[in-house]
Amino acid sequence: MILGIDVGGTHTDAVLFDRLQVRKKSKVATRPENLVESLLGVADGILRGEDLRALDRIVFSTTISTNAIVQGRIDRVGLAIACGPGLPPTLLTIDDESHPVSGYINHRGVEAAPVDEVEIRKLGNHFRERGIRHLGVVGKFSTRNPSQEIRIRDLLMNDFRHVSLGHRMSGNLNFPRRIATTFLNAAVWETHSAFVREVFRFRKRLGLDTPVHILKADGGTFEIGYSVEFPVYTILSGPAASIMGILSLTRCNGDAVAVDVGGTTTDIALFSGGVPLLEPLGVTIGGRRTLIRGLRTRSIGTGGDSRVRFTGGELLIGPERDGPAAAFGGRHPTPTDAMIVLGLTNIGDPRRAAGAVGELARSMDVPPREAAERIFEGTCRQIASSVKDMIDEINNKPVYTIHEMLEGKKIKPEKLYIVGGPAEPMAERLGEILGLSTVIPPHAEVANAIGAALARNTTEVTVLADTERRLMTIAEEGLQTAIPAEFSRGDALQVCREMIRERALRFGAGIEDIEMEIVEDLEFNMVRGFNRTGKNIRIKAQIKPGLIAGFSGTDHP
Amino acid sequence: MRKTGRKTGLVFFPAFDWAISPTHPEREERLLYTRDQVFEEGLLDLGNIIEFKPAMAAPEDIQRVHICVPDVGSVVTESHLISAGGAITAADKVLRGEVDNAFALVRPPGHHAMRVVHGARGFCNINIEAVMVENLRKKYGRRRIAIVDTDCHHGDGTQDIYWHDPDTLYISIHQDGRTLYPGSGFPEEFGGPNALGTTINVPLPPNTSDEGFLHVLDHLILPVLEEFKPDLIINSAGQDNHYTDPITNMRFSAQGYATLNDRLRPHIAVLEGGYSIEGALPYVNVGIILAMAGLDYSSVREPDYNPAAVKQSKDITKYIEEVTSDIYMFWKSRESLKAELVGDVRYVKRERDIFYDTDRIREQQQEIVRVCDDCGGLITLDSVASTGNHIFAVIVPGRSCPACRVEGEKVFDSIDRAKHGIRHLYFQDRDRDIYLVK
Repeated sequence: MILGIDVGGTHTDAVLFDRLQVRKKSKVATRPENLVESLLGVADGILRGEDLRALDRIVFSTTISTNAIVQGRIDRVGLAIACGPGLPPTLLTIDDESHPVSGYINHRGVEAAPVDEVEIRKLGNHFRERGIRHLGVVGKFSTRNPSQEIRIRDLLMNDFRHVSLGHRMSGNLNFPRRIATTFLNAAVWETHSAFVREVFRFRKRLGLDTPVHILKADGGTFEIGYSVEFPVYTILSGPAASIMGILSLTRCNGDAVAVDVGGTTTDIALFSGGVPLLEPLGVTIGGRRTLIRGLRTRSIGTGGDSRVRFTGGELLIGPERDGPAAAFGGRHPTPTDAMIVLGLTNIGDPRRAAGAVGELARSMDVPPREAAERIFEGTCRQIASSVKDMIDEINNKPVYTIHEMLEGKKIKPEKLYIVGGPAEPMAERLGEILGLSTVIPPHAEVANAIGAALARNTTEVTVLADTERRLMTIAEEGLQTAIPAEFSRGDALQVCREMIRERALRFGAGIEDIEMEIVEDLEFNMVRGFNRTGKNIRIKAQIKPGLIAGFSGTDHP
Repeated sequence: MRKTGRKTGLVFFPAFDWAISPTHPEREERLLYTRDQVFEEGLLDLGNIIEFKPAMAAPEDIQRVHICVPDVGSVVTESHLISAGGAITAADKVLRGEVDNAFALVRPPGHHAMRVVHGARGFCNINIEAVMVENLRKKYGRRRIAIVDTDCHHGDGTQDIYWHDPDTLYISIHQDGRTLYPGSGFPEEFGGPNALGTTINVPLPPNTSDEGFLHVLDHLILPVLEEFKPDLIINSAGQDNHYTDPITNMRFSAQGYATLNDRLRPHIAVLEGGYSIEGALPYVNVGIILAMAGLDYSSVREPDYNPAAVKQSKDITKYIEEVTSDIYMFWKSRESLKAELVGDVRYVKRERDIFYDTDRIREQQQEIVRVCDDCGGLITLDSVASTGNHIFAVIVPGRSCPACRVEGEKVFDSIDRAKHGIRHLYFQDRDRDIYLVK
C-alpha cells in the first residue's frame, strides 16, 4: 500500500492506494501551528482498520516552503558570492547581505583568482555579528570545480545553522540562477527542516518505520531525509503534484495538453510522449529565476472567477479576480456566470448570474445571451491562445547542432486533459478551438495526493570530463577526480549511468523505477595550435518524471 | 534584474557538429566556451536579451549575392545556410521592430567569400553579411547600409561584393595586409569608379591595442558614418584582434570590443573570425552582448588581462593618428576624385588572380564595369578556375539605370558559350531579383 498526503495551505488531502487502486481518500483542514495533528487527522480517516505493516511507502507533497517564499516568511541569508569578471556585482546580489568575495573559476574549471582567507573570515564574523545563521556560498562556474565553494565554507567555520553550496543545487550553468537557488535553499532550510521533523514525529506516532518520500518540483520524489539538505527542490511541487495526478488518472502516453482551470488562474502543462515537459533551466518563484528542475507550466490570469469588464468597446476577461462569481455573491460578472446563463452548468444562484451578465449586456448593447456567449467564447479563446503560444515556444526553442536543426522534433498534442471547476462546461469548446479530443479525468479533486503517491523518484547527474586536464567533475555530487588521458566518451557514459543509478537508489528509488535517459551527450576535440590536446566530454543523464512501476502503460486503477 | 530601454536579439548557432576538419580553427569546439560563458552569466535571463532560432537561408538568398560555380548546392552545406539564415533572422528581428539590435553569433563565417564562389577561401564559402544585406534590402527596401568590419583580417570578400555599390559603405579596420592574410586592404583600395569612397580601408600595425582601435573609431569611422547617414549599421564582428588570438598579432581586449560596440551602436552584429576560443571569445562575446543591450560591461575582462602588458607603443599611437587623418582627408575629397581618377573612360577593367586557400583553388578573373553616373554600373565577369570551370556572368546592379539594364540583357543574349569555351553563363539582376543560368 502507498499513502499519498498533500499538505496544502488550506487543506490536507490523503489517498490510500492498494494494489494500485484508490482504496480510500480523505480531506481535513490544515493546521499550520500543529501539523502533526493535521497529518494524524487525515491519516486517521483512512488508515483506521488497515494493516499498517502493509504500507510500502508514504509520499508527501507540500506547499509549506513555497508559501513561505511567496509570503516572504523566510530567514535572512548571508551570501558569499565569488563573482569574478562578467556581469557587474550590482546585477547579481540579492540583498544587503550578498557579499561579493575574491576567487574565480573559469569556464574550464581552472582557478583563475584565489580565495582570500582573511576576507572570508572577516565576512564570517560580520554574519555572526548580524545574527545571521543561514549562509550560502556561490561561485561562478563552481559546477566546473567546486573546490573554492568548499574552501570558503570551511573558512566560514561550522557554527552556523546551515551553509548551502551553489554547486550542489544543479549541474547546469547559470550563475545568477545558482545564486538565487542557493539563497532560497538557505532561506527555507529552517522551515523545511521543521516540516520534516513533524513528519518524522507523525511517523513515530503511527509506530511505523515506513520509508517517507517527498515530491519535488520536477514531478519526481526523493527520500525525505535528503530533502533536508535540498529543501529548495520541493518548492513549486504543488503544480507538479497536480500534473502527476493528471498523468496517473489518464495514463497519457502521447503528446497532450493538460489544463487546470481554477478560479483566478488557469495552469497549462504539456506532455511529450507521456512525459511532462520540464523547464529548460529551472522554475521561477517569487520573481526569482532558479536552477530548480521543475515541470514546465504556464499560468495565466484567466479563470472561472475572472472579473469581466466592457471598456472602450472591448470585452476584457481577467487577469484580476475580485471576489467570487456573481452567482456566489460576487459583485462582478465572471465567466462562471456566463456559463450559468448559457445553461452549461447549474451551480450557484442563476438569478444573480443573469443579473450581472444582463447589466454587462446593456453596456455592450446586445441581448444578455449574446453577452454570455461572447464572455464564454472569449474565455475559451484566451486559454486556447496561451496553449498555442506555449506549444510554439517549445517548438521554436533554439538548437545548437545542424542535426537537431534539420531533424527537430516537434510537439503535436492529440489530447486535451482538463480539470478544475469549469472543466465540464468548457471542455467541448476548448477542444474544438484547439482541434483536440478532450478528456476529463476522474478523482480530480484529490489529484495532488494521487500524483504524489504514484510519482517515481527522479534525479539528474552531469559528468564533465576534461582529458587535457585529466579531471572529471560531477557537480551534483561535489565530486572531482583524476582520469587518465585516454578516458573516452564511452567511459564517461558508463560513469554517468553508474552514478545516476547509485544516486537514485540512495535517494530512495525502487530498482524497477530507474529508467534513465541520456539528455546531453557531447564530445569535443580540444585543439591548441594544430594539435589535439584532449577531449571535452559532457554527459548528462536524468531519471525523467513518470509513474512508479505498474502504473505506466494501459493498466487502470 | 535591471531593465533597460534597449532590447537585443541573440541568434546563437554554434554548429556543434560541423568543422572544416578535426583540428582546423573553424571546428566544433569554437563557440563551446562562449556558450558556457553566455549561459553561466545568465545573459538570457536579463529580460532584454532574447534568443532566436536561426532560419535557413534559401538558394535564392545566396544567388542574390553570389555567382556560385557551378551552382549553390555544390559550394554550400547546410551549415552555411543556417549561418547565413541566422544573420537574416537577426536582421528580420531588428527590421520588424521586435528588438532594437541583434547579434548573430553564428559560424561558419563569411567575409572572405567574394562575388564569384568556386570554393572556400579564408574559412568562408558564402558571405553571410552580404546575403543578409541583400535579403533585407529586398524585404524592407532599406537602401543605405554601412558595414563596419572589425575582424583582424581584411574582409576582401565583402569589399569585392560592394566594390561598385555606392549605397553600401564598407569600412574595414584590420591588421596591415603586409603582415597577415589575405594581404589586401590598403587605403588606396577605395571603391570602384562608380562608388569611390564607399570602400574605406584602415590597415593597423601589429600590436595595436584598444587605444588605437578606438582612435580610428572616434576620428574616422564615426565621422564618416555621420556624413554617410546609413539606414542601418552592421558590424562584421570578428574577434581575432584579441591579444590572445593564435593566428594574428594584435592587442585588442574584451573591454575594447565592448566599448567599440557601445560607441558604434550597430543595428546588427555578425560574428566573423576569432580563434582564441578559450582566452578571448567567451569574454569578448559577453562584452559585446552587454554593450549592445545597453548594460554595464565595466566588469567584463579576461582573467589574465593586464593593461600594461598589452599597451601599444608611442610610435604605434603616432602612426595610427597619421593614417587615420590621411584616410579621412582622402575620404573628404572623394567627390573630386572621380574626375581625376576615372576621367571620361567608359569602362573600367580589373584583372585579378584569386587564391582559395581553404580549398586550394586558383581563379583568374576579369571584371569590367560600365562607368555610370546613374547607378552602380553594369558588371561583366569572366572567370577561369583551376577546377576547370570557366564561367561568364552579367550583373545588373540594384537600382539599375535603364542603359545598364538594356546593355546587360543584350550581353547575356549575345554571348556565344561554345565559341569562348564558357561552361556556365549567369545573369544576376539585383534590381529585379532575377537569376538565370545558361
